[in-house]
Amino acid sequence: MNTKDGMKENNFEVIRSGINTTYQDFGRKNLYHIGVPFSGAMDNRNYLISNKLVNNKMNSAVIEFAYQGPMLKFNGESTTFAITGDVNFNIKRKKNSILEKGNSYQTYNLKSGDEIDILSTNRSVYGYLAIAGKIDVNLFGNSCSTNTKAKIGSNNGEKIKKGDKIFFSNSDNKIQIKKLNYINTKIEQIRVIRGTNYNYFSKESKNIFFKNEFNVTKLTDRMGMRLEGNKIKNIVDTNIKSEGLIKGTIQIPADGNPIIMLSDHGTIGGYPKIGVVISADYDKLVQIVPGSKIKFKEVSLSDAEKLYKFYNLETQNILNQIS
Amino acid sequence: MIKNITNLGDAALYCDFGQEVNRATNLNVINFFNNLRDKNFSEITNISPSYNKLIISFDLNLTNFEKIKKKILNIELKKLNNKINKSVKIPVCCNEKYSLDSKRIESKLKISFEKIIENFFSKDYFCYMTGFIAGMPFLGDINQEIRLNRLETPRVKVPKGSIGITEQFCNIYTFESPGGWNIIGNTPVNIFNKENSKNPALINPGDKVNFYKISTDEYKGWNERK
Repeated sequence: MNTKDGMKENNFEVIRSGINTTYQDFGRKNLYHIGVPFSGAMDNRNYLISNKLVNNKMNSAVIEFAYQGPMLKFNGESTTFAITGDVNFNIKRKKNSILEKGNSYQTYNLKSGDEIDILSTNRSVYGYLAIAGKIDVNLFGNSCSTNTKAKIGSNNGEKIKKGDKIFFSNSDNKIQIKKLNYINTKIEQIRVIRGTNYNYFSKESKNIFFKNEFNVTKLTDRMGMRLEGNKIKNIVDTNIKSEGLIKGTIQIPADGNPIIMLSDHGTIGGYPKIGVVISADYDKLVQIVPGSKIKFKEVSLSDAEKLYKFYNLETQNILNQIS
Repeated sequence: MIKNITNLGDAALYCDFGQEVNRATNLNVINFFNNLRDKNFSEITNISPSYNKLIISFDLNLTNFEKIKKKILNIELKKLNNKINKSVKIPVCCNEKYSLDSKRIESKLKISFEKIIENFFSKDYFCYMTGFIAGMPFLGDINQEIRLNRLETPRVKVPKGSIGITEQFCNIYTFESPGGWNIIGNTPVNIFNKENSKNPALINPGDKVNFYKISTDEYKGWNERK
């Protein structure tokens, strides 16, 4: 069966897995009530751009990597790929063993035996590899996104590991070599709407929350981002009755150190919520590297809605530049 | 029904059904949840019921807080609970190998573990909500005599299948996970089955759960027997 649709002929052999390499797409909906979060590509804009560059459907599966990415060897006749994010990678051509430095936001062709070596993301966390065509993935809840916590999605809910093969069928479309001029802008401040328990915190702490910088700690992954630097003082109760969470929610546990819920978060929590990161800033938030600083700025709901419209328009403009 | 609706961020409604955590309030939440699921609004991306809250996530590309709030407030509610919710039987082995906190519970409650277990198995429990980790049910209420606080220091790893109690609630660890509940036993039943894509969670909000005791041999043979 696989041979018939070309899946077996084309694959990437995983020579090095990288730190956290998973299959991702838009994520899954309507499963919070049984404890399954959205998941999906962390940086939605870069995910969309990667698929557009190789002329895939916008909700196609891609390979997401963090910090150090995978090293992959292509087996098949030929293929086209693109990498997005702020990524440092090389292409090793089998023909002449020349190491070619790769550029993000550009498509490349590969011949059998060629290798992609994704060395690192530069001052950012996530990058995306899109392959022209269709990656052979398993769906759960209409999404291939691997959630290693619930062991669902592609690859039996596990990270991609050394020795795995990423099977795919080539695109029927003829892929033009494309290049997009795009720079991932760094953000000064992450904008936040007040949370539902904003008044659980002392006046002084509320001021500090929007005035001081926090450190992003190493305890940061697809589930959440833990911050340190200023303890936020609770004056009401350090617990609330457990209730639903959404991505971007900033909880303050008893120790006073904020935790931001990210795409693979636990769906229920019992810590007071001081704020929620606005949708327009989520892509930028997830790219902040542990060890660096983060600062919050308060915005109103109506401003957040306007900023999202602007974010969306900007994304569409970028995608429209890729014809 | 809904006492108040505010926003949680820019893409979710935060519906408050009242301060009290009890069956009546929670049944209102679950009834609203079931009604919303039934309507299948395309702009709604997730609905999370909990003891006394309902959080409705929506697609900011399709709607916004004011629009969806109006829509939610104008919903005509049907009584759906009886049709949807079911009764589930869960076998539990309380061998000391699985009842990780039997000694702690005995010393805190000053009751023999045997009596505690007997008390625990003596009634049916109601599923208030499911979540935190995939498929984990939050059940209640356990009898007053066997209520206690969670562990001072949570475990880094609670084994899959563990049955935990804390305050008036009990739960089932559907996956190995960190957690601070007092573990009284373990079930061999797979509560979250990803192969069942239509309904992967065995226990859903509003369901009734009846735990019953099995021996270590029954536990070990459970998954072969089927």
